[in-house]
Amino acid sequence: MNKLFISPSPHVYEDTSVKRLMFDVVIALLPALAFSIYFFGMGAIIVTLTAVISCVAFEWLIQKFILKQEPSISDGSAILTGLLLAFNIPTNLPIWIIIIGSLVAIGIGKMSFGGLGNNPFNPALVGRVFMLISFPVQMTSWPVPTGFSNRYTDAVTGATPLGVMKEGLSAGKPVSELMSNIPSHMELFYGHMGGSMGEIAALALLIGFAYMLFRKVIKCHIPVAIFTTIIAFTGILWLINPESNADPLFHLLTGGVMLGAIYMATDYVTSPMSVKGMWIYGIGIGVITVAIRVFGAYPEGISFAILIMNAFVPLINMYVKPKRFGEEVKDGQ
Amino acid sequence: MLKTFPKGGVHPEEGKYSANSAIATLPLPKTVSIPIAQHIGAPSKPVVKKGDKVKVGDKIAESAGFVSANIHSSVSGTVVKVDNVLDSTGYKRPCVIIDVEGDDWNENIDKTEDLKKEISLTDKEILNKINESGIVGLGGATFPSHVKLSVPDGKKIDVLIINGVECEPYLTSDHRLMLEKAEEMLVGIQILMKALSVNSALIGIENNKPDAIEHLTALVKDYPGIEVHPLKVQYPQGGEKQLIKALINREVPSGGLPLDVGAVVHNVGTAYAVYEAVQKNKPLIERVVTLTGKSVQKPSNFMVRIGTPVNDLIEAAGGLPEDTGKVINGGPMMGKALNSLDVPVVKGTSGILIMPAELSKRKEESNCIRCAKCVSVCPQGLEPYLLNRLAQLEKNDKLETGGVMDCIECGSCAYTCPAGLPLLDYIRLGKSRVSQIIRSRKQ
Repeated sequence: MNKLFISPSPHVYEDTSVKRLMFDVVIALLPALAFSIYFFGMGAIIVTLTAVISCVAFEWLIQKFILKQEPSISDGSAILTGLLLAFNIPTNLPIWIIIIGSLVAIGIGKMSFGGLGNNPFNPALVGRVFMLISFPVQMTSWPVPTGFSNRYTDAVTGATPLGVMKEGLSAGKPVSELMSNIPSHMELFYGHMGGSMGEIAALALLIGFAYMLFRKVIKCHIPVAIFTTIIAFTGILWLINPESNADPLFHLLTGGVMLGAIYMATDYVTSPMSVKGMWIYGIGIGVITVAIRVFGAYPEGISFAILIMNAFVPLINMYVKPKRFGEEVKDGQ
Repeated sequence: MLKTFPKGGVHPEEGKYSANSAIATLPLPKTVSIPIAQHIGAPSKPVVKKGDKVKVGDKIAESAGFVSANIHSSVSGTVVKVDNVLDSTGYKRPCVIIDVEGDDWNENIDKTEDLKKEISLTDKEILNKINESGIVGLGGATFPSHVKLSVPDGKKIDVLIINGVECEPYLTSDHRLMLEKAEEMLVGIQILMKALSVNSALIGIENNKPDAIEHLTALVKDYPGIEVHPLKVQYPQGGEKQLIKALINREVPSGGLPLDVGAVVHNVGTAYAVYEAVQKNKPLIERVVTLTGKSVQKPSNFMVRIGTPVNDLIEAAGGLPEDTGKVINGGPMMGKALNSLDVPVVKGTSGILIMPAELSKRKEESNCIRCAKCVSVCPQGLEPYLLNRLAQLEKNDKLETGGVMDCIECGSCAYTCPAGLPLLDYIRLGKSRVSQIIRSRKQ
């Protein structure tokens, strides 16, 4: 008889793995990638390939030669970081800057803390914010979404809707006048606007959201908390004075809110473990995002908001616990 | 909407291959090894010695305290020896070994099949009879039943809950029992109700057994106070605390017992055994055991004498499949892997599950990605990822405040972990350390 295999229970496992979860997120990002290529052309392809290849390469090199461990690039997490990094930068960004950004994302954002599962901050956002601060000019020149014929580094550039709004409002112009220079809400919804490569098409990002919920990759709490907070906060401001504050839908559809809320804030490693904690974290991101957009120097603030709330996650995990069965009951009623 | 428990839970593949095979009586084994420790509590004291002749139903080991149980011979024959034998725990432990000769029953046992509905004993007599007959919880926990029925002063029980959930995948012994011995079981429930002096009993059954639900719902009309409740198919629906919450929406307090919320839970198998003990004077000498698995030729349910080697069941179901990698005593979520096929069937054996080799190995481990799936599936509202880490770091005080003693070891966390981490292994380790500390504190 063969030897019997012995192990403690349970003896069956759900058909899932880290790799499957990572690739499910990659699949969820594909519709948005298709929209980006449609609007930005060649640049989107070059930026995506550069970011993905360099993130995977840096992770492999660091694991192999510095940490001397078995490289684990096959789990797909470096591919995902690369893809998200590409989604967060303009499509005319020179290759060398993307490579530096990838090195910071993987090297500093992830591997320096011990690799997958140990990083306190979202690696792709660490890379993006590093590039934004180090190369502010290149990181804020946005190609105009002219279509597939769009060229790479010498693409025609223009301001993002959020940029137009910020600049106009600080120059004292009313919202109604600024809105005429901004695409309609419908156009914003399917992504006809300037911006970072993957953040433009709300429609495609929501399709990916539905896919991830269907596959039970993420829970809906964090994105819903962020969306509701942004709608509530900007809604109040808008009701107070619609001529000095853009409407809530505008805030929801522009900039990186969709991409950030659905794909970056829900990063497993850097978000809270309990449902209550997820709400606190999501509300925090919403409040900080709107505060930066409306009162801060940058037109967009979701990257900073997520990174700031990332820093609170260990604290949230320590103090916000799920409700235990039988914890508060005295006589069982 | 079907009733269920409110938090966590998983839904593993059900695999109830043996659901349609009627309970078959297994031929008598050549020898039986009957362990003297088959229940939670003190091991019994053997009252037979080498060379003694015993009949079916004769007491061979005596209860050694309040939380303990009598053990009876399941066969007739000669006691060969009382010796240490490998049992399902993987350790060698004392067993009474009997060579089988014929099938000669103790004359006090009523061997007829007739249904006896009339309950003539008083509640005290019922309790004594159950104690005398060595009945323990047959759902798998093997807690002596008379202890659960002896309600301490100051506690009031108002409902009896009967566990027919059978939420463990693959197992079908309770399912078959509910179909084939329904009336006996219902009389057993009435006996338990009388012993507890309650007028209400609720039978909880997972909705993947519609035939059993239908059958019992039709029968309970003649049994006042007994109700049948279909429950959502969600593991661990049959966990005592989860079942009470699902059926009567009461929450057993942390560290408490069902009787703290006025409920007592018994398994359907136990109810049947109570019927046989009280109405037929038959001690617990046999039980229904499911023998199943993906590659098993004839997935079956057998009526098996306690002490029969597991191998006999496997042979009766078409032999051990070629591709066998693991043999489990119990279901896939909470069962124990066996290291030998000669171990005896005991009172707590509800099934033997044979797993093909390719499904026997554990998942490859990788880093925890803090996906929080373990937190969301934990039916007890714990944080398995954290308890796992704390147990590894031996932070016993934090484990205790983190609620490690509330863990019911259902295995949902390890089942769902995408990183393949053996969460429950470490939590169990932490739990045993913490319980030692708690015990030493009391002294």
